[in-house]
Amino acid sequence: MNLILRPVAAEFAKILSTRMWWILALVLFGYIALLAGGLSALFGGVESGAISPDSMNSGGGAGLSTLGSLPPLIYSFAASVGYVFPVLLGALATTGEFRHQTLTPTFLATPRRDRVLGAKTIALFVVGAVLGLVGLAASVGVGALVFNGFGIDPLLADGETWALIGRTVLAMALWAVIGVGLGVLVPSQVASIVIVLAFTQFIEPLLRFASTFTEVTADIGKFLPGAASDALVGASFFTLASPGGSVLEPWQGGLVLLAYGLLATGFGYLISWKRDVT
Amino acid sequence: MPIGAVIEFSNITKRFGQTTAVNDLSFTVEPGRVTGFLGPNGAGKTTTLRMLLGLVTPTSGTATFGGLRYRDLPRPLDTVGAALEAASFHPGRTASNHLGVYTLAAGLPRTRVAEVLQLVGLAEHADQRVGGYSLGMRQRLGLAYSLLGDPGVLVLDEPINGLDPEGIKWIRGFLSSMAAEGRTVLVSSHLLSEVQQSVDDVIIIAKGELVHSGPLSSLDTNVAPQVIVDSPTRETLIAALTDAGLAFTSGRTGLIVAVPDPGQVGHIAFAAGVELSVLHRQKAGLEDSFLALVEGGDSL
Ligand SMILES: Nc1ncnc2c1ncn2[C@@H]1O[C@H](COP(=O)(O)OP(=O)(O)OP(=O)(O)O)[C@@H](O)[C@H]1O
Ligand SMILES: [Mg+2]
Repeated sequence: MNLILRPVAAEFAKILSTRMWWILALVLFGYIALLAGGLSALFGGVESGAISPDSMNSGGGAGLSTLGSLPPLIYSFAASVGYVFPVLLGALATTGEFRHQTLTPTFLATPRRDRVLGAKTIALFVVGAVLGLVGLAASVGVGALVFNGFGIDPLLADGETWALIGRTVLAMALWAVIGVGLGVLVPSQVASIVIVLAFTQFIEPLLRFASTFTEVTADIGKFLPGAASDALVGASFFTLASPGGSVLEPWQGGLVLLAYGLLATGFGYLISWKRDVT
Repeated sequence: MPIGAVIEFSNITKRFGQTTAVNDLSFTVEPGRVTGFLGPNGAGKTTTLRMLLGLVTPTSGTATFGGLRYRDLPRPLDTVGAALEAASFHPGRTASNHLGVYTLAAGLPRTRVAEVLQLVGLAEHADQRVGGYSLGMRQRLGLAYSLLGDPGVLVLDEPINGLDPEGIKWIRGFLSSMAAEGRTVLVSSHLLSEVQQSVDDVIIIAKGELVHSGPLSSLDTNVAPQVIVDSPTRETLIAALTDAGLAFTSGRTGLIVAVPDPGQVGHIAFAAGVELSVLHRQKAGLEDSFLALVEGGDSL
């Protein structure tokens, strides 16, 4: 038991003894709070009649009434927008070991490298879940407050809301695991960060959008990591914005995310982790 | 008291693509002695030590501690302490947190952190981020890491680099006292003079191959002694030596004659009527033997 608990404890200590985790948590909170607050106020205003739909772009205004219940959509921002943060933290945790040459003391203390990578995956899964809670504190905390202000039911007594919150935490935890995998796959820290930002902010949204044009590509597109994540969480802007697009079941989405994480970590182990440390 | 294990390299070879960094190296390192592992830059010292520690996979051959490979040691940090040349720290972590991480990984008591920091003279800087450390402080922190488990074997790659004179004096005494306690101490350096005062045995490699191993004293007799001679009228001396058929070269302090006996050179000068200003035998230092070994690449 000690054989895995010790390296896990060491991995937690590594994350908690540098500033990165709380900087990312802080930015995540601020970003999601702003977004959730702003959009819930906007939609809440339209929904409650405080803002006339006519004052908005006709396209957006018309769609709003068909969106169904707003709160889950806003709450899901924690993952559907915030997922880039656990990926970054996971990627920094692995690439940092290469960059600062801390693989040497790490492998001296734990010569079984598979255990070290396993321990890192477990630790990042937990820290990713914590980031999920931080994101939810922002999206649910601020969102529910605003909805209350507009007299809209924030659905906090609804079991389905709490299930969504649970699935969001899981999604964020899995994203951190994907980050670890990416970090071993691309050990260069700069390259890893560029890939995370380019893929999550630009490439994948484009791919997901493009994939909705035909049925065949839509069937492939639903397996993109972001799409799988939204499927797991169960509500997102993206899925609503492309109603025709096929969507995975939540549990399928979870498995797809997990598969991405484990595949990347497995290949990364072979490509970089097992290599000579010189 | 931890007892040192015998380190044994057998026929260890490492190739990086086309480069052969270490070629068929075999030697043993005994407990209770300080062993200097010497060779010029690029000789393959770091590569050899990294293979010993399981960080680099040998192309062939093995390296063991009392018969066990590093990765098979039940409690590696309690058995072997290693400090390698690269600065292996996250700059944003404090020294004490840095060490704390590895006490957790190795299941060591956290109290060891303060103890080893005290031992290497970093107690005052324990809570400072390592990014702000000087080269010598980093070197000391690396040493502190190696001591965490109070190991019976110490493997140190260029531990003297970057230390101030006081630090150098301290580490020499420290290494000797570790060996006196029965531990195995293996220290690499590219300068013999750096470790000469504290090593008992030397292993010398050049271009990845073993060129000499044995007690330090075995280096003493290697280079043929020479005679240094000079005259206020150097041309007449040159003529006399040439007439006598002796080979010589011009040095900074006079002519260097490749004979062991100053008397022979003195006689030649006297017979030719040349006044001498300098006449003495040059003692070949250990460093000269070392240089001759690594440059020639010949075994003794
Ligand atoms: N990762 C690597 N890839 C390719 N070649 C390498 C690698 N590491 C070391 N080498 C080569 O192996 C040889 C031995 O290097 P090594 O670092 O072991 O020497 P060293 O004796 O420690 O030298 P120094 O005194 O400069 O530290 C050198 O020719 C070096 O270029
Ligand atoms: Mg070296």
